[in-house]
Amino acid sequence: MSDTSFRDWLTADAPASRAQARAAAWYAGWLKLRGNTLAMVGLVVLIALILLALFAPLLATQDPFVQDLGARLKAPGWEGHLFGTDSLGRDIWSRLVYGARISLYIVALVALVAPLLGLIIGTVAGYMGGIIDVALMRFTDIFLAFPRLILALAFVAALGAGIENAVLAISLTAWPPYARIARAETLTIRNSDFIHAIKLQGAGPLRIITRHVWPLCISSLVIRVTLDMAGIILTAAGLGFLGLGAQPPSPEWGAMVSEGRKYILDYWWVATIPGLAIFTISLAFNLLGDGLRDVLDPKEAGK
Amino acid sequence: MSAIGIRDLNVWFGEGAELVRAVKSASFSVAEGESFGLVGESGSGKSTVLRAIAGLVDSWNGDMSVLGEPLGRRRSAAFYKRVQMVFQDPYASLHPRHTVDRVLGEVLKLHGFSDIDARIDRLLSDVGLGTGFRFRYPHQLSGGQRQRVAIARALAPEPRVVLLDEPTSALDVSVQAEILNLLSDLRAERGLTYLMVSHDLGVIGHMCDRIAVMQHGEIVELLDVAKMRALQADHPYTKHLLDSSIRSIR
Repeated sequence: MSDTSFRDWLTADAPASRAQARAAAWYAGWLKLRGNTLAMVGLVVLIALILLALFAPLLATQDPFVQDLGARLKAPGWEGHLFGTDSLGRDIWSRLVYGARISLYIVALVALVAPLLGLIIGTVAGYMGGIIDVALMRFTDIFLAFPRLILALAFVAALGAGIENAVLAISLTAWPPYARIARAETLTIRNSDFIHAIKLQGAGPLRIITRHVWPLCISSLVIRVTLDMAGIILTAAGLGFLGLGAQPPSPEWGAMVSEGRKYILDYWWVATIPGLAIFTISLAFNLLGDGLRDVLDPKEAGK
Repeated sequence: MSAIGIRDLNVWFGEGAELVRAVKSASFSVAEGESFGLVGESGSGKSTVLRAIAGLVDSWNGDMSVLGEPLGRRRSAAFYKRVQMVFQDPYASLHPRHTVDRVLGEVLKLHGFSDIDARIDRLLSDVGLGTGFRFRYPHQLSGGQRQRVAIARALAPEPRVVLLDEPTSALDVSVQAEILNLLSDLRAERGLTYLMVSHDLGVIGHMCDRIAVMQHGEIVELLDVAKMRALQADHPYTKHLLDSSIRSIR
């Protein structure tokens, strides 16, 4: 199929199949996202980050764990160390590249667990109403009131320190806001005529929640998740700083910052460069989230 | 056997000091194959009657029966196959993220039909939409086209009674006529029973055989459309309605 006819197929006024209709909807969203320059910048940065993590062994100039005490705290550019070396003489660029894997791992894990949990609890509470709503939302409030680090401490004590348990702790404390958003969305949706209509066709609550309510809630959750990503990465870094997250030799960005803190006055790059990396990825997620809001907002979709 | 029988129906919202009695001991019955109209101004409780029959309102008492089946708190699967509803606002009654194909396909699947593809095409042609509309999203359709899709959805389970909640009030006048004609044709073809709510006496006069006039939640008068056309109403409120309707035409 040539290029123009493929575009015609995607923008056809009357799609001829389910697949075409779906592809056309995605294409329309993509066009809208492409029109937002800042969101595209965010997307490009995130794709670059994913590629960085994927090809870390090829891009790293040295082993991120090899120490060279003779070459500790060297300035950026010193003998092929692009970003210099840290207090144990490890190459910061290589650690940064491998650290991208850890950051993406955290992001992916939290993004899978927290919004899904929040979506299920929020939509069930919002749709069912009554006593179920009260019970679920008070349960949510309990989690909302729980200090994140205390819960993380409890998890680490029970399961052992490590990035997975830190992520689990973050997820379990991060879901209540998602549940609240999902519930609020559900409350606006549950009394609309299209829900009444499908109810009148004999659909049960499970079908209505998963097929009719979820598609309308997911977009606002996706936006919220991308906007929260920065905070999640920072929380993971904070847990690493307390010794509850990533353990010392692993090149997690937050741990690298806290390591460099001791030398920040004399050797600024040790803390600054991983800090800049965190800043860049956080900004990229925020920009993308902002662009996604324009594309995904169901209230805008009708126009 | 009447298609719809309503006796002493009360519907209320809220409780205590905020209690609102939306419908007060309404009684009427609709014969099978008949087209019955509920008329009244906004807030007179006419849509609420429809919603109570459809099972969308929980707080009611009284007796309701549809096609001989007494209605309780919960509606049976058979009820949903025999009674369907068309909503007022076609912009709100279709899921914004579902294509026409998905809307109709899901309904047909829910009712256990197997030849779904063929049925979707037939439903679309029945309501005057070509198969070109099948894979469109609601936002790619006009108001009239959306309402046709909503009518197709209501007809999908092959119901015998259709509840029409001001099906044309959100549409502009030329489209209104098309939809009303479509509804009359479908009734003639399929022998459907209509219970139609409207505040527009012209629409009711065109569509219905008998009407009930509602005011403040009560049915104040039941009369034939022929009598209505001849302006022979007994109740002062009905006279007032007819008067203002005629004045609005002139």
